[in-house]
Amino acid sequence: MDQNAGWFLENAWIIPLIMAGSFLTILFFGKRLPERGTAGIGIVAVGVCLVLSLGVATQWVQRVNDPPVVEHGTSTEGAGVHGADAGEPPETGGPHDGPAVEQPGPVGVEGEHAAAVSLAVPAAAEGGEHHEVPPVVNQITWFQNGGVEFKVGTLVDGLTAMMLVTVTIISLLVHIYSREYLHGDVRFTHYYAFLSLFTAAMLFYVMSSSTLQMLVGWELVGVCSFTLIGHWWEEKKNTDAALKAFLTNRVGDVGLLLGVVVTFFAAGGTFEILEINGYALSPGANQTLLLVGALLLFGGVTSKSGQFPLHTWLPDAMAGPTPVSALIHAATMVVAGVYLIARLYAVFFEGLNIGANAINYVALIGGVTILVGASLAFVQHDLKKVLAYSTISQLGYMVMALGVGAWTAGVFHLFTHAFFKAGLFLGAGSVSHAAHHTFDMREMGGLRKHMPATFATFVICTAALMGIFPLAGFWSKDEILAGASQGQEQAYTLMLIMGAIGALLTAAYMTRAIYLTFFGEYRGHGTPHESPRIMTIPLWILSFGAVTFGFLNFPKVLSLPEGLTTRFEHFVEPTFLFPEIEHPTFNPVLAIVSTLLAALGFALAYQYYWLGRSPLAGLSQKSGFRQGYVLLQNKYYLDTLYTDIIVGATKGPIARASYWFNQYVIDAIVNGAGRISVAIASVLYREVDQQVIDGIVNGCGYVSESSGQVLRRMQTGKVQQYAALLFAAAAVLAGAFIVAVSL
Amino acid sequence: MIGVGRVLAADLLVAQNIAFYLIAVGMVIAAVRVVTVKNMVHAALWLVLVLGGIAAQFILLAAEFIAITQVLVYIGAIIVLFLFGIMLTRAPMDRSPDLDHPKQARVVGAAIGLVLLAVMGYALWDGFEDRQFGQILVQRTAQVSDSIFSTYLLPFEVVSVLLLAALIGAIVLARRD
Amino acid sequence: MLVNQFLFLGAILFCIGVYGVLARRNAVLLLMSIELILNSVNINLVAFGALWHANDPSNLSGQVFALFVIAIAAAEVGVGLAIVLMLYRTRRSIDVSEVDLMKG
Repeated sequence: MDQNAGWFLENAWIIPLIMAGSFLTILFFGKRLPERGTAGIGIVAVGVCLVLSLGVATQWVQRVNDPPVVEHGTSTEGAGVHGADAGEPPETGGPHDGPAVEQPGPVGVEGEHAAAVSLAVPAAAEGGEHHEVPPVVNQITWFQNGGVEFKVGTLVDGLTAMMLVTVTIISLLVHIYSREYLHGDVRFTHYYAFLSLFTAAMLFYVMSSSTLQMLVGWELVGVCSFTLIGHWWEEKKNTDAALKAFLTNRVGDVGLLLGVVVTFFAAGGTFEILEINGYALSPGANQTLLLVGALLLFGGVTSKSGQFPLHTWLPDAMAGPTPVSALIHAATMVVAGVYLIARLYAVFFEGLNIGANAINYVALIGGVTILVGASLAFVQHDLKKVLAYSTISQLGYMVMALGVGAWTAGVFHLFTHAFFKAGLFLGAGSVSHAAHHTFDMREMGGLRKHMPATFATFVICTAALMGIFPLAGFWSKDEILAGASQGQEQAYTLMLIMGAIGALLTAAYMTRAIYLTFFGEYRGHGTPHESPRIMTIPLWILSFGAVTFGFLNFPKVLSLPEGLTTRFEHFVEPTFLFPEIEHPTFNPVLAIVSTLLAALGFALAYQYYWLGRSPLAGLSQKSGFRQGYVLLQNKYYLDTLYTDIIVGATKGPIARASYWFNQYVIDAIVNGAGRISVAIASVLYREVDQQVIDGIVNGCGYVSESSGQVLRRMQTGKVQQYAALLFAAAAVLAGAFIVAVSL
Repeated sequence: MIGVGRVLAADLLVAQNIAFYLIAVGMVIAAVRVVTVKNMVHAALWLVLVLGGIAAQFILLAAEFIAITQVLVYIGAIIVLFLFGIMLTRAPMDRSPDLDHPKQARVVGAAIGLVLLAVMGYALWDGFEDRQFGQILVQRTAQVSDSIFSTYLLPFEVVSVLLLAALIGAIVLARRD
Repeated sequence: MLVNQFLFLGAILFCIGVYGVLARRNAVLLLMSIELILNSVNINLVAFGALWHANDPSNLSGQVFALFVIAIAAAEVGVGLAIVLMLYRTRRSIDVSEVDLMKG
């Protein structure tokens, strides 16, 4: 065990445990407590977790600043097994090569079988400034079977610490916000219980030290998502949405499960994340196995992180309460897939050969998802669905970033997105709270005057999402684009274009959403009012994050001191058992272009909504904006575009074509043939119809009936006949195998 | 002394072989009787012979614990269960003609059995030919328990759960409502 | 002793059991035939176990799995006979050829 690893890093397992305790407490005693108490338990528990997570983060920062002196790895079991499987002993030359070396630590004081594992780097010829900071791993044996030990434990590094802090902050704000939002709800207790369980599962997931453990956390967050989407299950629509989410995720989970199995066998019978990554980086790694494993794992990512084509559940998932959408379906659970890629990055990097390609499956799917999500966001009337499609699009950015090798950019975008998207969702919830629980933007409008706080925070978060200059989204999105433009060995040009178009679309659809919600005349019923402070304070906090957190990864420009730039990269990006990737450098031209694109999107939307529908509409026809206006029309007739192109392409032309065919071809044939046919008909009837056709028809009926009779005879319902067939088939199969083998 | 030991070992091997074949022939005959005899109670009693023979073969393989378990569980419990089953279903205690399917079904069954035997026999002979056991060491009960409760603990737990489920299932199925 | 002695004995018992399963009509006799099959598998497992044990004295997997088979066989007989009793109670007969409600 690392003596200087620090208490928080070694005891991170307490954090999910607290939330699990909170879940059980609320579940069993929540009904007897007033709402205030139920919510209080949850809020206090998450608060404690936040403090602990901040402790973890702080100690991790200390650890990176003051890396532990790494002893040279002694040859132990782990290395032996690993090396044997890799076919040749792992090379110790490169700083990233070499498997995790396990050293059984002292047995825990309470008789708990605590085998702590310290991960040492084999003698590495390190470059001067390149320090490896191994993650802190603390494991116990979960169970063993057939001589294989299955371990459960925590793996804490910068990525984990970042996720812990993100999840707990947003969970805390959502807990506080829900206190008012769900005030008086029938299943208030149920809601808070599952919110706690979700937080526990998510925290458990992000600190998993093995893929098996990740699978458990993954499924647990899935279950919580299911129950919370169907929170108001009295409405059929909501239960349908919950089922859809659950079933769509099952599709991807099959891939995930198989991926876990493939990586288990590929890495020589281990679920340990570090060993799997170590195997992927070892020179003897089987490229094909890694590719298969990465693609299967990506199946899970596709469903959980709403990637095209399995993204369809995410907009429906908005049937759940809005704070749930903020926490689960925007900020945390849906990034579980992104986290999976980031965590097993060596597998993806080596398997898909990200370093040497100009295109790969992960990056392509990410890019397609950006465009699909962003374009669909235009046609939604439901404010939450706009945000849901926006989330899909942003998740596409993260996946694309990881696909092009820009690890830090992807994870950084995950981090910043969590804050501003949670802010947007909670803002939408606040709007709906005011506007009589509707999310239909056609019944909103003009809320700017009634809800100044919500409006202000919503605009700030939107600006961050659009990537407006100093806000968080700008830095992370720009880094992704820079990563795509620079790639590893080759530039990912296609991804760059997709990302740039995405930036334009994002700005445009968010402008539309803001216009419809906050500007114009109020179109709903009653008088809207600002939400109480318990709901607006979380909004302000998230907006604060949306404004400032981008500076955490301030690029290396203007010869700023080392301690100020790329802190996020420095602390979060793993240095241990991690592929060597090139970090993109800040590109001012690209930054300006992407900002201009966002500004263009905003301007186009502004033109259309503010000017286009104002008395000045005629002006835009005459002015120089005309071309932009035409473009706008094309963009903003997406509503009709979808009906015209997608429905119309299948319906309109085909209908017209068949009409034409009917009128001219068929009619002519019919008329022409009519006379002839009358003459021939009588002959035909006697000879052909009665004899041939009837014969064929009757014959068909006879054949199908008799074959049915034959097949039916096999379905006797007699068990023993089935058994006879079974044994006979087994005998034949075994015989065939014997023949095949001996040939 | 060494010569004596060799002779003894060889004698032992011969004795083992004789014992094996005697028991094996008895078992096969008994097994055939189990599946052909016309009296249900007799079939159960022939089954006792087969199961006892298997226990004896386990002893020959120096697997003492499983031999004892075989006697306890099969002959002690399962046969009794079968006899109870025969009695509870009011089966005739003497010869009854309707225990078997008609002849053509029996021929098909026999044919499938023989084909399976041929396939398995070929595979076994191909795989092991005349491989000898070498020296069979006694597999102590303590070793078996060590193995179950360390290496195979999880399957053991699963089997426990399965037995519990079977217990509940049998009660639910068999009780009168 | 040959390994094949035991394996062939197992194979023969297995096939006799298969014949029993296919040829018998009486449900209790069917269960007995299934017991024959399971026991023949046990002979194989223990024989292989002895073979492995001679090479590696710490390996007793064969016997352990044979024990699991015995446990599962006991469960099977328990549930099987319960089903037979149900059958007898509803139909006054345990002739499996009369149980064909699933016919096509």
